[in-house]
Amino acid sequence: MTSQTLAEIDRVVLPAAGLDDLFDSLHAEGYPVLGPTVRDGAIVIGPITSSDDLPRGWGDEQDAGVYRLVRRDDDAYFGFAAPAGTWKRHLFPAHSILWRARVVRGAPVIEENEDHPGRRALVGIRGCDLAAVAVQDRVLLHGAHPDPVYSARRADLLLVGVACGTPASTCFCTSMGTGPSVGGGADIAMTELDAEDPARHRFLLEARTDAGRAVVARVSARTATAADDDAADAVVRRAGSRITRTVDNAGLPEALRAGAEHPRWDDVAERCLSCGSCTMVCPTCFCTDVRDEPNVLAGTDDRVRVWASCFELGHSYLHGGSVRPSPSARYRQWATHKFSTWWDQFGTSGCVGCGRCIAWCPVGIDVTEEIRAVAAGPTQEQGVADGRHDDG
Amino acid sequence: MSTLAEPRGPGVAARGSMTPIPHRVVDVVHETRETVTLTLEPVSDGIVAPVAGQFTMLWAWGAGEVPISVSALAADGRLVHTIRDVAGVTKTLCASRQGDVLGVRGPYGCGWGIDAARGHDLVIVAGGIGLAPLRPVVHAVLAERSEFGRVSLVVGARTEQELLFRAELDEWWHRHEVDVRTIVDRSSPGWSGSVGVVTGELVGLEIDPASTRAMVCGPEVMMRVVAQHLTDRGVAASAIEVSVERNMQCAVKTCGHCQVGPFFACTDGPVLPWDVVASLLTVREL
Repeated sequence: MTSQTLAEIDRVVLPAAGLDDLFDSLHAEGYPVLGPTVRDGAIVIGPITSSDDLPRGWGDEQDAGVYRLVRRDDDAYFGFAAPAGTWKRHLFPAHSILWRARVVRGAPVIEENEDHPGRRALVGIRGCDLAAVAVQDRVLLHGAHPDPVYSARRADLLLVGVACGTPASTCFCTSMGTGPSVGGGADIAMTELDAEDPARHRFLLEARTDAGRAVVARVSARTATAADDDAADAVVRRAGSRITRTVDNAGLPEALRAGAEHPRWDDVAERCLSCGSCTMVCPTCFCTDVRDEPNVLAGTDDRVRVWASCFELGHSYLHGGSVRPSPSARYRQWATHKFSTWWDQFGTSGCVGCGRCIAWCPVGIDVTEEIRAVAAGPTQEQGVADGRHDDG
Repeated sequence: MSTLAEPRGPGVAARGSMTPIPHRVVDVVHETRETVTLTLEPVSDGIVAPVAGQFTMLWAWGAGEVPISVSALAADGRLVHTIRDVAGVTKTLCASRQGDVLGVRGPYGCGWGIDAARGHDLVIVAGGIGLAPLRPVVHAVLAERSEFGRVSLVVGARTEQELLFRAELDEWWHRHEVDVRTIVDRSSPGWSGSVGVVTGELVGLEIDPASTRAMVCGPEVMMRVVAQHLTDRGVAASAIEVSVERNMQCAVKTCGHCQVGPFFACTDGPVLPWDVVASLLTVREL
């Protein structure tokens, strides 16, 4: 294969009308596809068999405590921001059976769950969510004890990213360095171009790995031109310029550590319901509970693992009581873990700037505002004087 | 569950990080009203031998799994755990009988800095069940007594009846190789020893701060007070080790429950130097 041919495979343009060609290629390469789809008035991640399953023509409106789908005036397939559902659910299930024990000759025999989904393609994953996969890789894959459930689902994944051209008001990927473009880790990076013009509506596909090239090579597409590249750059540039929420990461981990006793934690606890919604929609939150589920009739005992939240009172339970009984301490644990101690533990921020925790907070708490207030380090008196206590 | 592997015979299932290894209970000693010491033996393959201060995850069929520290180091793959019945899984574990099979994962965590204490005076302070993870330290000291300087063991308990390893404490006291001191919160008929909190016994200890190392395990408030007392007397915070207790469900840094600021108690601890954790354990509800 000549370098010319390689380059042709690396960057190609697929007309929107031919998008199913991509799905056919993925299926031919043995990848069942997961991607964004509309269900119950929200965009969630589910099985995709063809482009018909994608949220064509749907956009979203997201703000603090607000998420709703809106009809777009074009046929964009990826004209929305962070989906309500997370890809995490498919890599790190909310409920899994780790093993099942049964008694054989007087002693328990433990059979591990060896569920291995094999090849799967995640199509339409944004830069923020791609970064979240990298964060979970660090936590669940790259430690001394790789998690068996996650590693089985993470192996053989093909990641097909789509640059984000439609950030929501809740987004702050530019602050976290994760978007709106498709960053590292993708096998194929796509950009949707000119959705408003059916004649020019097309996708720029960039194959970045051999696995990605194998898929792109099957697609009937023309080689990308400089004009296509420029149009893709413009999509990302425009999206970036529309992002208004920010997090100033410089010195933030240290400032949050120093602000452990900041009155703002009590202030936000007055508004926070400790419902844990933010942790359920977060693409990086990894806390879990385990429990035994014995089945007397079957003579088995299942070790079940479910998602947990640091907002639950029982999360820090020790004999005699919880370490963090107050909502204030629990909010502090969550926010400082994301933006401060995650760095100490895993060498990265725990936040990718997808904004889901802001949109899905039932009382509209914006974590970027909370940590900004703590990092600014005002005293109790200043907090009252500048009206912060009237926020809620 | 068609995806589950077929049984591979007792004790030979593949070993994922969350899969317990079957061990049989071969000895049960009722230490106090609510404390039991279990000696376990692998049904087939065992685990890596633990060091003093480490813990394992002990699983009881149908009840669940809890972190339990190693209370003595044994040969031949045997494991010795002393468990306080605080309801839940610990109640089931404490009710174990000889011949029962439990599951074990581990050993996990960082142990006590026994090597760092060689050539130094050593102050060991234990409150309640906190003596369990420190007992192997005393055993190590007695096995190589000349390696250490002055060694003191201060043990606190709620009552005389709740003093752990009572016979062994007496034996250590009679050997005069370790300065053994006991103190109880409430006296009972026949108790002629001290009454009060453990710092009450520490006050009377001669301490050469420059050459002293300390190992402390007990309720967090006790560890704070003891560490404060020792640092007030000039002992370096970096020479004091405490064993941090937190909710633990995985012991391999993935369940998130045992975080203490930047640390995971399961892997960075449970034994941590006071200079590193003092600022964390003195923040309310961190």
